[in-house]
Amino acid sequence: MTTQRSDATTTTAPPPAGGAATPDASGPIGTGSRGTRILGLATLAGIALAAYLALVSSPDDENMGDVVRIIYIHVPIVVVAYVGCMITTLGSVMYLWKKSRWWDVTAAASAEIAMVTTALTLVVGMCWARPTWGVWWVWDARLTSTAMLLLLLLGYLAVRRIPAESGARSKRASIVGVLLLPNVIIVNRSVTWWRSLHQDTTILNTLQPKIHGDMAFALYLAIPVALMMFAWLLVHRWRLAWLEEEVLDHDLDQAITDRRAEAGFDARSTTVDIGEATS
Amino acid sequence: MSDWAYVAMAWGITAVVLVAYAIWIIVRGRTLSRRVPPEDRRWM
Repeated sequence: MTTQRSDATTTTAPPPAGGAATPDASGPIGTGSRGTRILGLATLAGIALAAYLALVSSPDDENMGDVVRIIYIHVPIVVVAYVGCMITTLGSVMYLWKKSRWWDVTAAASAEIAMVTTALTLVVGMCWARPTWGVWWVWDARLTSTAMLLLLLLGYLAVRRIPAESGARSKRASIVGVLLLPNVIIVNRSVTWWRSLHQDTTILNTLQPKIHGDMAFALYLAIPVALMMFAWLLVHRWRLAWLEEEVLDHDLDQAITDRRAEAGFDARSTTVDIGEATS
Repeated sequence: MSDWAYVAMAWGITAVVLVAYAIWIIVRGRTLSRRVPPEDRRWM
């Protein structure tokens, strides 16, 4: 289901008493719901189990030692970042095609989560690189392409904050959002396309995983748990993005009403057809 | 630093960032929902 923003007609309804929207106890307060609370509790339980398996139960690696325990959080976060970028690209394409506000909000919410997790990917990766490679950072193909992905995500979010008419802003952001998926492919394949210090693909894009036993179980459990966390964040962030748009709309309506009142024009219960007004 | 120090750093930073981000979303959502009429707080 999609919700279309109508720009053809501006309707000025009677403003509520006091000018601002009054809170109503019958409406939902915040971004939570019964479904998100159940999902949140399941995610917390999953995180506790995944952390136990990663930090206590699983053995250390014969080459990396205990540093391997960073992998159990690094890889799931990367997966969340990839999925977030994919959903942003999907939402951007669908917005350009359908001009649907629902898809635009979906893309924006997913992009912010992808930005946070991509930044965490780099930071956590640096914590792994220092004891393993002896340096915090090298301009390796995987690291550099991931940093470029982070810059692209920051660019997407920056474009959304440039003051502009709602449709133009969403269209510009969607064009940037379409570029995310090709970048994800470049990041993922960078270790095979170029000579890289970063280790080769461990579990993704291969039918022969290079991790086994308790270590594989800890990693394979952490990934769906991280995706559950992503789903929880996405639902909440989506509802927040929706509220941000609604607040903007209500503030704009209020400003128009105030300006008309200042000009001595009674705007109450008046519908103005922009098409008629401009013809 | 020992291996465990790097492990603690990686897990700690991740936990702090994600918890802070989740709290920011929830608090901002509760603040903004009070400024929007009940019928407009959700998309359906």
